Amino acid sequence: MDFSFSEEQNKLRQEVCSFLQDELARGLWKPACDAWIQGYDPQFTKRVAEKGWIGLTWPEQYGGQERSFIDRLIVTEEMLRYGAPAACHWFTDRQIGGSILKYGSEEQKAEFLPKIIRGEMYVGLGMSEPEAGSDLASLKTRATEETDCYLVNGQKTWTSGAWFTNYIYLLARTDLDAPKHRGISEFIVPMDLPGISRIPMIDITGTEAWNDVFFDNVRVPKEYMIGEKNKGFYHVLEQLAYERGGMERLMGNYPLFDALIRFAKETKYNGKNLSQDTIVRHKLAQLQVEFEVGRLFMYKVAMVMDEGRAPTVEASMSKAYATTFEQHLANTAMEILGPYGLLWADSKYVPFEGLAAHSYLGSKGYSLQAGSSEILKNIIATRGLGLPTS
Amino acid sequence: MNLVLSEEQEMLKKAARDLLEERCPKSFVKQMEQDDKGYSPELWEEMANLGWMGLVFPEEYGGSGMSFLDLSVLLEEVGRACLPAPLFPTVVLGGLPILDIGSEEQKRQYLPKIATGKAIFSLALIEPELGHEPKAITVEASPDGNAYVLNGTKLFVPYANVADCLLCVARTSKQEQGITIFVVDAKSPGISYTVLKTMAHDKLCEVVFEQARVPKENILGQLDKGWPEVEKTVKMCDVAKCCEIVGNLQWVLEDTVAYAKDRKQFDCPIGSFQVLQHYCADIYTCVEGARLSAYQAAWMLSNGLPCDKEIAVAKLWITEASPRIFNLAHQIHGAIGVTQEHDLHFYTTRARAIELGYDDATIYREMVAKEMELA
Repeated sequence: MDFSFSEEQNKLRQEVCSFLQDELARGLWKPACDAWIQGYDPQFTKRVAEKGWIGLTWPEQYGGQERSFIDRLIVTEEMLRYGAPAACHWFTDRQIGGSILKYGSEEQKAEFLPKIIRGEMYVGLGMSEPEAGSDLASLKTRATEETDCYLVNGQKTWTSGAWFTNYIYLLARTDLDAPKHRGISEFIVPMDLPGISRIPMIDITGTEAWNDVFFDNVRVPKEYMIGEKNKGFYHVLEQLAYERGGMERLMGNYPLFDALIRFAKETKYNGKNLSQDTIVRHKLAQLQVEFEVGRLFMYKVAMVMDEGRAPTVEASMSKAYATTFEQHLANTAMEILGPYGLLWADSKYVPFEGLAAHSYLGSKGYSLQAGSSEILKNIIATRGLGLPTS
Repeated sequence: MNLVLSEEQEMLKKAARDLLEERCPKSFVKQMEQDDKGYSPELWEEMANLGWMGLVFPEEYGGSGMSFLDLSVLLEEVGRACLPAPLFPTVVLGGLPILDIGSEEQKRQYLPKIATGKAIFSLALIEPELGHEPKAITVEASPDGNAYVLNGTKLFVPYANVADCLLCVARTSKQEQGITIFVVDAKSPGISYTVLKTMAHDKLCEVVFEQARVPKENILGQLDKGWPEVEKTVKMCDVAKCCEIVGNLQWVLEDTVAYAKDRKQFDCPIGSFQVLQHYCADIYTCVEGARLSAYQAAWMLSNGLPCDKEIAVAKLWITEASPRIFNLAHQIHGAIGVTQEHDLHFYTTRARAIELGYDDATIYREMVAKEMELA
């Protein structure tokens, strides 16, 4: 047992921190909550790519460094701590690249992985549909095999960043007669193919967070099917473990946590610092405890990834836990700020740029996206504890 | 980073589980609840033969020179079995402070006896008024020739009824910090015990000192400067207790899941109902958090790293998670869980006793606040 990091890992963390501090000092971006999913900044992604921090764990032959998932977690942890705008590459680095690596053909790996590593390939997720949320396998978008392509028709929803992604990962039905789990395939689809359109969805914070993406007779070249036909659902279950298992579930609002602590130290109330008030101190200490335990969950997940196993149960646990933490954080911020917590970023009197209001509302979605907490607990119970389904 | 036990630790764990499954069934735990001593000298001897009491002490004092982390692994199994024995007070509350600040002579005198199971130790710290600061210590030790004379009452002293020696934390000066630790022969005149009737039957005692004489050379560490060691011992104790409770909670998780798979209502196992599945998932999550945070603290302590924050995190997590786990576990077990026919009650009572330990959550919340530099 060893809870420490190697010297090399400490060096990596230091390197990432220096890079981010330098970026901040140059005023290239501002720390923001949800920046991993909403922070669009192709130049930032390019600079991160130059550092070699995209596809860190992948084989050297595609441009990766074959480093561990713990190393990758160190990089993402620091990106989140600084609230860096990493949305362009986040999904691709986190799950799509790995999926291609595991199930893709040699041609696909050679085409896509170096492009991802260079920070030039942004992939949105086309999984959910209006009638297929938690029950993902009931999806209806069809990909019909023709001689030279698959003809795709249907609608995807909750796709983040579809206005800037240049590809979309698509789950579509390729066998109408098979049982619903066994007739689904996965594709990587260039967003500029004719017949793809989108309608933005405005989230509860007023942000253009997601999109409906429509496929109208889109001709997807056959070589863009990933892995075996009709096996897509089983592949995506594994991919979801990588989607869920990251530090962004715990630290997506770290800039708020950071600002809240600073606020408590600097704000006077009844002649003393807010941070000297026992109730405030203990609320913040409680958050810190929950955060620290969450961090242990995350490192455990990375360790499972390093064993070469999809962390299906572990990531379900860490995500369900961590999104509750994020909601608790936002709620505590509102309690401490009182009515100031209600103010938007552009309002007079707003404390720390409206992070509290943004997080309070935004965090309602965390326990829904990438597997609702209920689905995650089902997984923990049935896959992790072996409880029966009937 | 690596979160798995070493091969040696796995072996230790297995040996402990094997012995305790055989020799510490719940019928034995129940029997010991009614026993005056509260432990079995025969089993104690077997534990000594396996080297449990000496595990953490250097070979030169009769131990096997293993680490605090190794001890934590053993304590997890002790917690899993609800083992009634004065292992914890003897090793953690008695032996470790002696190892830490005892004179060479004291170490040679006491540690080999502890390590071989020939002496039972305990710590007399808490007083009727409670409190976590030096000012809470009022049991007085007044100098008288070559001795000190102890007067006052200590409470919640584990296994004082069978102890050979007590480390007694006493006031030796009017200065607030003027606290001294004495190694007291528990059988000497002027010391009396009453076993308190606790819900975990864990032989917590009242110890009354009335003109009890203890020789000057029995001062552990320095006169008037004992408090830092008390704090250190309490922290060590809390980490060890956290590991013990992890074993307790792990049993509850496994037992509850097994019950949910087995018990049928409406013609199907109750574990197939989503509400109960989610309760089980919540229990699992709480136990994992307990395990990770407890072992993180134990690992750091074991490696001599500063870890006030990590200790506090483990203790605070467990203080909150444990009652939540038991509420859910009892809910899943239904009425049978609140009877003495089912084994769950052994864990419910002991977990509460272990959690309370020496320091409460407020102290640790303050510790975290301090680490966060909230001032």
